[in-house]
Amino acid sequence: MKELVCIVCPKGCRLHVDEENGFAVTGNSCPRGAEYGKNEIQNPTRVLTSTVRITGGAYPRCPVKTDRAVPKAKLMDIMKELNGVTLSSPVEIGQVVLRDAAGTGAGVVVTKAL
Amino acid sequence: MYDLIVIGGGPAGLAAANSAWQKGLRSILIVERDKEAGGILNQCIHNGFGLHRFKEELTGPEYAARFIDMLKETGVELMLDTMVLEITAGRQVHVISAKDGYQVLSAKSIVLCMGCRERTRGAIGIPGDRPAGVFTAGSAQRYLNLEGYMVGKRVVILGSGDIGLIMARRMTLEGAKVLACVELMPYSGGLMRNIVQCLNDWDIPLYLSHTITDIRAENGRVSHVTVHKLDENRQPIPGTNLEFDCDTVLLSVGLIPENELTRAAGIQMDPRTNGAVVYENMETSVPGIFACGNVVHVHDLVDYVSAESERAGAAAAEFVLKGQREGEALELKNGADVGYTVPQKIRAQAVEKAADVFFRVRRVFKNSVIEISDGEKVLASFRREHMAPGEMEHILLPRKILDQARGGQITVSAKEA
Ligand SMILES: Cc1cc2nc3c(=O)[nH]c(=O)nc-3n(C[C@H](O)[C@H](O)[C@H](O)COP(=O)(O)OP(=O)(O)OC[C@H]3O[C@@H](n4cnc5c(N)ncnc54)[C@H](O)[C@@H]3O)c2cc1C
Ligand code: SF4
Repeated sequence: MKELVCIVCPKGCRLHVDEENGFAVTGNSCPRGAEYGKNEIQNPTRVLTSTVRITGGAYPRCPVKTDRAVPKAKLMDIMKELNGVTLSSPVEIGQVVLRDAAGTGAGVVVTKAL
Repeated sequence: MYDLIVIGGGPAGLAAANSAWQKGLRSILIVERDKEAGGILNQCIHNGFGLHRFKEELTGPEYAARFIDMLKETGVELMLDTMVLEITAGRQVHVISAKDGYQVLSAKSIVLCMGCRERTRGAIGIPGDRPAGVFTAGSAQRYLNLEGYMVGKRVVILGSGDIGLIMARRMTLEGAKVLACVELMPYSGGLMRNIVQCLNDWDIPLYLSHTITDIRAENGRVSHVTVHKLDENRQPIPGTNLEFDCDTVLLSVGLIPENELTRAAGIQMDPRTNGAVVYENMETSVPGIFACGNVVHVHDLVDYVSAESERAGAAAAEFVLKGQREGEALELKNGADVGYTVPQKIRAQAVEKAADVFFRVRRVFKNSVIEISDGEKVLASFRREHMAPGEMEHILLPRKILDQARGGQITVSAKEA
């Protein structure tokens, strides 16, 4: 039995994951917690949020995120790829700035219209 | 004359204005001092917003955009780059902007949504030099996420509030080395999820019951920080010192509701929350002036800010269209291990089904109960598996229970089950 805190939402439920029983999860308040508990023990993933350069906008940085959770070990590789991106205003929420980030299959998208 | 003027265009102001419009008010103005609406959400580029509200995990700017888009469907006016200087109990709003100069606007109702500001080094009195390199975590966040400036390379964070935790991860991702997060209390002030994904994920140590006892400088910039473990009276224990070689200290030592306008208008304040005393509908002691969001009490979840602010906006509409709420108010008191409650007063007669009550506990609880009593009799109890000071608690008090309270008061307390 492994104890961990669900971080899918800020509620932070305390989960128990039973590795001997097909990674059965208890303590979750919603199904997302069960899924998180199973994955966190086997293959931890995170959504990455950061910023990239933008020219001609109200600010010099534009916030972005990966469109899905990516393996924790790949976060720094994606950061490196994002260093090479410069957008030019206007951009819309959801606009793709990077495809298949660091070979994870995930895209990186804009999170603010600028 | 406006039906409603909303002061502050953060998530609280946006939700209040939108809900007042839905309830039938047609001349609504939001006054915001920044160049865009959205408040603190604009710099909170991380995700974790809106899971309760939209059933998906949004970043701060995305959450703000949802509400800004909703507002575009209404006739609510948004006045940007305009600072509110004063409000009066007679509901006059004094504003100033570079474009239109000084103006005095009048309103039938006002909702205060000014949010919070961060405690600074002065407010907590850290000893040592006063060099460059000491920032509040929120200003570092603004520099980095909006302006694109890194504030340092080797960082020690004082305080384990959410902003500090979020910045620990953010600075790490951008290539800084975060050496430690130092917390005075024996527990963290931030959300558990932030401890996990901002500190543990990056092997950043969290020192509980520790504090910074000295900051030293070389050439006017932070160069060293000394940290001590504290005894139960929060006094540094000699010989427990840790030395860090760093160029930056980030302070994440709490937020203070921004209430200069509120105080100057003669609105009754609550020293426990540093916000206005409010009734069940978020009305302050001055009729027709309401308050919601971080200006009333510090929220950790924006979803609750939006919900609370919708109640405030709806109440402002009720005030304008139907008049002042009547009835005797029950006084909410905090019992054992409860730090404050919002609202502080409930007019039971005006409550339709149930009243929302928010509060924070003073220490960490495992299996526990929240007890509601009128001083003599226990009227209701709510079970909780876990409670912590860093996590705001919420209960719904049904009208039936409010009507049973004798002696004009209700006490909320927390204890082990
Ligand atoms: C760093 C950080 C991380 C957070 N992380 C999360 C999270 O992961 N998930 C989550 O759900 N919540 C999170 N929150 C909480 C959430 O963002 C806040 O509770 C919410 O933004 C509060 O909304 P508000 O409208 O009350 O205040 P604010 O967002 O602060 O807005 C107040 C607005 O009022 C304006 N204003 C103030 N005074 C005046 C004046 N005199 N004249 C004109 N305008 C004025 C300000 O410019 C500002 O725009 C976080 C908060 C912070 C600070
Ligand atoms: S189990 Fe569900 S409610 Fe609990 S923290 Fe996880 S996502 Fe949130």
